[in-house]
Amino acid sequence: MEPLERYRPIVDDFEAFLAACRRPLGTAVRVNTIKTSVERATATLEEDGVEFDQADWNPRVLRLETDSPGATWASFHGFTHGQEEVSAVPPVVLDPQPGERVWDACAAPGGKATQIAALMDDEGTVVANDSNLGRISALRFNAERLGATNLAVTNADARNYSLSPFSFDEFDRALVDAPCSCEGTIRKNPDALENWSEDHIASVSGIQKGILRRAVQATTAGGTVVYSTCTFAPEENEAVVQHVLEEEDCRVLEFDLGLEHAPGLTEWDGQEFDESLERAARIYPHHNDTGGFFVAKLEVTA
Amino acid sequence: MSDGPDELEKNDGQRFDRLPETPADRTVEGRVSREEVLEYFADRFAIPPETFDGHTFWEKGAGKIWIYGGEAPTPVEIEAMGMTCLRTRQEHWKPTTDFAQRFGRHAEACVIELDRERARRFAAGEDQELEWDGDWGYLIAAHEVGVEVGAEDERSGDGEPVDRDALEPLGIGLYVHGELRSMVPKGRQRDL
Repeated sequence: MEPLERYRPIVDDFEAFLAACRRPLGTAVRVNTIKTSVERATATLEEDGVEFDQADWNPRVLRLETDSPGATWASFHGFTHGQEEVSAVPPVVLDPQPGERVWDACAAPGGKATQIAALMDDEGTVVANDSNLGRISALRFNAERLGATNLAVTNADARNYSLSPFSFDEFDRALVDAPCSCEGTIRKNPDALENWSEDHIASVSGIQKGILRRAVQATTAGGTVVYSTCTFAPEENEAVVQHVLEEEDCRVLEFDLGLEHAPGLTEWDGQEFDESLERAARIYPHHNDTGGFFVAKLEVTA
Repeated sequence: MSDGPDELEKNDGQRFDRLPETPADRTVEGRVSREEVLEYFADRFAIPPETFDGHTFWEKGAGKIWIYGGEAPTPVEIEAMGMTCLRTRQEHWKPTTDFAQRFGRHAEACVIELDRERARRFAAGEDQELEWDGDWGYLIAAHEVGVEVGAEDERSGDGEPVDRDALEPLGIGLYVHGELRSMVPKGRQRDL
């Protein structure tokens, strides 16, 4: 927990934050509406004898009273997909519509990409990309298991992504759920902070800036780009968005989120950020008893 | 001899090629057409061809057919599009488990209903002896699961379950000699 001390000045009720980070995370699944309805998925879980609670902010997110959510009929049929509650936030903020062209820049293992496909009623095109070939097989497996037929998988570096394989040259929306230092996954992976260093944060922050810039470039004027990470480090969150605000044509949008959260920061470690970064959301583990997350919503302006 | 099959191209297994509309449109040796794929699903499983109006079919690899609902030019070299749905270029075409789970609810023939215990064995990948009066070969195995709460009941708040076609496809089985063999791939098998 040592590395998290640096967030004492920015986190409300820091002791509650630390206590939540020490508690293991419960099990959550998302209902896959490509294959079934929320009613049928929950009826199947009841037959499975698995107790669950529906999340207030999203009826498709269920908290399960079981350690093996994969050993259910609901999972076998692809009615449910194991996905952390906060991990279901970015696709909802992205708000993709049926028929659109949507890019998921860092898509493996595919929980969010298939959620995007479901929000589009499996109509339109989801280009699910990942730079790591080893993780592509998990992405493919999940897309097929969940029945997402509008999803195409590519394996490329998102920072200089080319749309040349496709018959269109820009996206309506893009999600950058960036590779990050994963501090916010500490409840799921107790060793998440083991290799923590400021150098690592600095290097991953450079990659994040490159991917988010490319996403803004590849999205049509008026289109939406959502940036998210599962980390607390402002260097990987507000500073990345700040960089892209300076380099590309875009602005930060407000959005509604039915989960408790803190606003984005306008200052960190001597660096000031644009005031609009307050519109971003910092979700801390003690807020809603989840993992930690950061989400910002951008509009491409030219 | 000039219009013989020796004029057709060889299949390039490394890329996705969209299936030709009809056999007459074929330019690649041995490649099936969209028309033949739709005929197969209609003849074997009574899945109405219009079920696939929003989808295109593609071949990548030898005989592996993919179903896709998004936009793409042909040919295209990417990792995957949609899902693999059918294995052709062999005597008996074989649908995939993922296809059966996604589209099998539209089937009205060659669907074998299993009780819960038999469904459990099927999901675990086991073979089982079973009587079946229908055709031999590949079948869609299904069972009743997740009996839905009717929308009207939900509104009125009494929550009475209403059985609205609760049969749900499990996957593909091969029926031969009084035995149903589960074709559920290892990675999709579950002990339930």
